[in-house]
Amino acid sequence: MTFEYAPAPESRSIVDIKAKYGHFIDGKFVAGKNHFATINPATEEVLSQIALGGASDVDKAVAAAQKAYTRTWSKLSGKERGKYLYRIARILQERAREFAVLETLDNGKPIRETRDIDIPLVAAHFFYHAGWADKLDYAGLGKSPQPHGVAGQIIPWNFPLLMLAWKVAPALATGNTVVLKPAETTSLTALLFAQVCQEAELPDGVVNIVTGDGRTGSAIVNHPGIHKIAFTGSTEVGKKIARAIAGTEKKATLELGGKGANVVFDDAPIDEAVEGIVNGIFFNQGHVCCAGSRLILQEGIADEFIEKLKVRMAKIRVGDPLDKNTDLGAINSREQLLKIQELAGVGDSEGAERWSPACTLSDKGFWFAPTIFTGVTQAHRIAREEIFGPILSILTFRTPQEAIEKANNTPFGLSAGVWSEKGSRILWATQQLRAGVVWANTFNKFDPASPFGGYKESGWGREGGKHGLSAYLKEGK
Amino acid sequence: MSFYGIVDGSESSLKHFLAQLPGVDQVGAEARAAMLATRSIKTSSKRWAIDTAISMVDLTTLEGADTAGKVRALCSKAVRPDPTDSTVPSVGAVCVYNDMVAIARTHLDSIGGEHVPVAAVSTAFPSGRASMEVKIQDTQDAIDSGAAEIDMVIDRGAFLSGQFGLVFDEIVKIREVCGDRAHLKVIFETGELVTYDNVRKASYLAMLAGADFIKTSTGKVAPAATPPVVLVMLEAVRDFYSMTNHRIGVKPAGGIRNTKDAIKQLVLVNETAGPEWLTPELFRIGASALLNDLLMQRMKMDDGYYASPNYVTID
Repeated sequence: MTFEYAPAPESRSIVDIKAKYGHFIDGKFVAGKNHFATINPATEEVLSQIALGGASDVDKAVAAAQKAYTRTWSKLSGKERGKYLYRIARILQERAREFAVLETLDNGKPIRETRDIDIPLVAAHFFYHAGWADKLDYAGLGKSPQPHGVAGQIIPWNFPLLMLAWKVAPALATGNTVVLKPAETTSLTALLFAQVCQEAELPDGVVNIVTGDGRTGSAIVNHPGIHKIAFTGSTEVGKKIARAIAGTEKKATLELGGKGANVVFDDAPIDEAVEGIVNGIFFNQGHVCCAGSRLILQEGIADEFIEKLKVRMAKIRVGDPLDKNTDLGAINSREQLLKIQELAGVGDSEGAERWSPACTLSDKGFWFAPTIFTGVTQAHRIAREEIFGPILSILTFRTPQEAIEKANNTPFGLSAGVWSEKGSRILWATQQLRAGVVWANTFNKFDPASPFGGYKESGWGREGGKHGLSAYLKEGK
Repeated sequence: MSFYGIVDGSESSLKHFLAQLPGVDQVGAEARAAMLATRSIKTSSKRWAIDTAISMVDLTTLEGADTAGKVRALCSKAVRPDPTDSTVPSVGAVCVYNDMVAIARTHLDSIGGEHVPVAAVSTAFPSGRASMEVKIQDTQDAIDSGAAEIDMVIDRGAFLSGQFGLVFDEIVKIREVCGDRAHLKVIFETGELVTYDNVRKASYLAMLAGADFIKTSTGKVAPAATPPVVLVMLEAVRDFYSMTNHRIGVKPAGGIRNTKDAIKQLVLVNETAGPEWLTPELFRIGASALLNDLLMQRMKMDDGYYASPNYVTID
């Protein structure tokens, strides 16, 4: 017997997408220029036209943010700032379904993830930071720590609204004002967030959103009126930003790439480890900077484990991101798909063995089947370079020391996972792993109270938790 | 003796085998079950799931107040769950106490329900606190009265004190009594075993000892057939099949009261053990109230509105 799940699409009638958008500056939607299309990556349908922000748009946004900082926001008490953040959080919860559908349309990620993970976490970040706003004296940064001023924030396309929340919520809680640029392929939820700011009656100019591409981002980074940069994206762009701000007074936090290792010992809870590996690499189509893109398996269980992984992968439902039963959605852009295809080709040519379950991929849109490579060694490019797609590289180890050496043998250091039922082994391994986040017997768990950030080329600074506040504050007395 | 060539039935071989099973991470198992509970089953697939679930129900009455009349009413419902709609399938079995087996069998045969088996709860159900002789006698009595399925309980006290050999021997002996005449379902009472590790161990113990089915609960103890418990048992039958080429059935019982719960169970089966298990031969749901909700949902799919509960029969 077969149990076919009939299509269960979430209705898109809840979202109202305009034909064309401008920028959000000084509390108002203003016209933009040089529009480009934003598409639904699952169908290539054009959703809207997005403005390409130029230097003059950035100038206006920074001026508005500066004015709002000096005249309004820095004068408000923490308690008053907190009220606005609570209000934003509640509106986000009320409009959660609208945000989830819009994010899925613009990004290609499954509605199950936007509905159950992205949007609830977005609201949680605002709630969490709302609570901090009047307690900054107790953040461990001395008495009356002070904001920097105007924060320039540049966010990626993989978690568009969630990355906005990670940036905007702490900035506002600590008294900074914001000029934010969403990624060029995923601007729509940021523009809808601008509506939320209006609905919450946030003072004009506290949050400004300028859409555009790398040139717009560069204008923000290099603008003399910006006091702090917060960037999430590739290591390559992160390095450019670091060079651009060298010798200036600008502070920066950078959340960059990763090549996370999931280390599975032979005493692991196998079924849950299989589940965690799948979640680690196929969550959000692998478009996750902290993805567990390397599986480092103890040799004695490797064959059995890989068999179980294949059985599980055959159950992954690839397809319409708006279908409530979809597990793996569309790749965000043609450009990213080409990059994934190129690196998968490199894996083949380097002699690793590729496997994917049988699945039908639509002709329209950008798709890549969940894929594993076995027989991968440290010398393979697919073990070293961030693919940012649904591709898992599987390596093996013989001793715990070897596992740690392999896991750490990367220029990145964002995330790692340890799978074992033995407590002492988990504690030992987590101390050895050089990664900003180490999960034990789970993966991809996020909470606004927990700091997140990288070692080495995975970035500077932390976001979230008490640690994340320090990026937006100058130490007080 | 050898059981599937895996253990020899001795205490030490069982201890050794059970100790090498991987542990179950509680958080991970619960998260997987919760994720599968979000599957949205609509339209044609919901219709299919409702009929499949009806055919898997072990329609149960296990009360001290059971009477012959009550059991006969249950049997009539088991054969024709909806007297106004002959397209509704019969349920998987009727499940009663031992002294009601003959009454149930006779009545089923008299109303054209020869295809509906009678399941009996034996071995001093629900506690299992009786001597082995009594348990054997109890089982023999049920089979002689016409039970084609025996739902036995394990000795949870022995299991929790680590006497796996004792639990194993009891199952083996009841298996012998059943022979070819009755299918054997082994009830763990997972609410008393508490941990998922114990559920996994009990699953293997029962499968190795010759169970045809592994069953969560008696229905007398809560929590009973929670989705993560069923998940762990479905993983066990899946892995046992790859070890031995034998498919063992799974029967969640207790706490599955509405269509939504039942469909969640079918999704668990489909995405864990696999579609091969989506048959009454390999998956049953022990329930009483569930059937009426399945019938009401089925009517709603046909008519487009919810009928009054008076349109489905009480037991």
